[in-house]
Formats: sequence, structure tokens, C-alpha cells
Amino acid sequence: MNDKIVDARGLNCPMPILRTKKALKEIAIGDTLEVLASDPGSLSDFEAFARQTGDELVSAERLDSHFRYVLRRKN
Amino acid sequence: MTNETAQNRKSLSIIVSKGTLDWAYPPFILATTAAAMDMDATLFFTFYGLGLLKKDLDLEISPLGNPAMKMPMAGMHIGMPNLVAALPGVTAGATAMMKNMIGKKGVASIAELRDIALESGVKLVACQMTMDLFEFRKEDMIDGVSFGGAATYLSEAVKADVNLFI
Repeated sequence: MNDKIVDARGLNCPMPILRTKKALKEIAIGDTLEVLASDPGSLSDFEAFARQTGDELVSAERLDSHFRYVLRRKN
Repeated sequence: MTNETAQNRKSLSIIVSKGTLDWAYPPFILATTAAAMDMDATLFFTFYGLGLLKKDLDLEISPLGNPAMKMPMAGMHIGMPNLVAALPGVTAGATAMMKNMIGKKGVASIAELRDIALESGVKLVACQMTMDLFEFRKEDMIDGVSFGGAATYLSEAVKADVNLFI
């Protein structure tokens, strides 16, 4: 079970990333955040985001109508 | 915030010289995303870009002299001849159409992105020379804006990893 969920479905770039960052700041280091996004560019963006911030992209799944990401706050 | 020291943090600076609705997006999208990615970001607003800092955001888009602006309509992309684009009301109509598309496609408004920029610590610097030139007053601008000139911009740009002119 993840510690927080962000539903960014229907939002376009850069809102899924901006909502994700806001939520990551609200959870404790080591906790996980689940993000739902429908933006087709989000897969590449979440990988790049995690690379730059050092937060861990635990999983990235493509579901029928959207994507589901799990991130772990690292710092 | 990362544990990185201030010296290790990456940074972005952008000169923002355009103030139409379409060109307002790139600087605010990049600066808010940079802040989300633990980067420092500075936007330097000069000439027509200054309008993006006004309390009263009244942004428009014009198809006049803009042959690349082809809007999706009835399954096609249609541009507008300059003679038509020059008619009164066409700028307002094109602006309304663009704002409608922005809302439908889940694209944030400039006001929303600007608020996030301020909240996330993006530095917004207004060019003092352009303020004087166009007779803008500090009280016309939103709170949180600082004022400076070329030296202020360059002192940020010289240490930034990404510098853009938009």
C-alpha cells in the first residue's frame, strides 16, 4: 500500500510532474507515492524526473487508459 | 529539497521577451518543472515579456502574420489569411478559441503556472529599463517580483547550467 496517491489523469504537461513534486514533499523520506497519469509523455518525464531528483521510480505501468507510477522519496 | 549543497544544485535561466498567450507557456512550464526537479530557476522578463508579470493578466494570441498557427477544426488544421486576421474581433476570437482548447486538453492556465512558479521559489525578475520605457509601475506587477538590469541577469546566467532566450 502506498502512502499517498496523486490522480493527475486528464492533466497535461507539466502538471503531473508538478503535482507529484508537491505530494513527494508531503510524505516522509522512504515512503512511496502512487501517481496516475493519462499524459502519453509522462513515461519519459517520470523517468527523467527521478533521474534528476534522485527519488526512486519503483514501477511504471501502462494500464488500459492511463499510466500508474510508484515513486519512493529518497531525500 | 535534496541534500545537495547550494553549489551542486543545477540551475536554469530564461530571458522572457514575448508576452502573447502561446509564448507565455514555455518559460513558465520550464521554470516550474526545473523547480520540481530541484533546480534553481530565474526568469528575466524584458520587453513584451513584462506583461506576464502584471496583476491583471490579459493575454491574447493573434493569427496575424503567424502562418504557422493552424488550429484543429473539423478534422483538419486551418490557418487564417492575414487579410482576415487583421479584422476587428479576430484576435479576441482566436484567443477565446485557444483558451477553450487549453481548458479541454487539461493544459494549465498561465495564472496557475505563475502561482506555482512563485510558490516553488522561481525567481521572477522584471527588467527595470523596460519598466521605465513602457511606463509600467511596480504596483502594476504581482508581489514577489524583483527588479534589475542586464548585470542582474548575467550574474545568474553565468552560473546557470541551462540558459534560454524565449
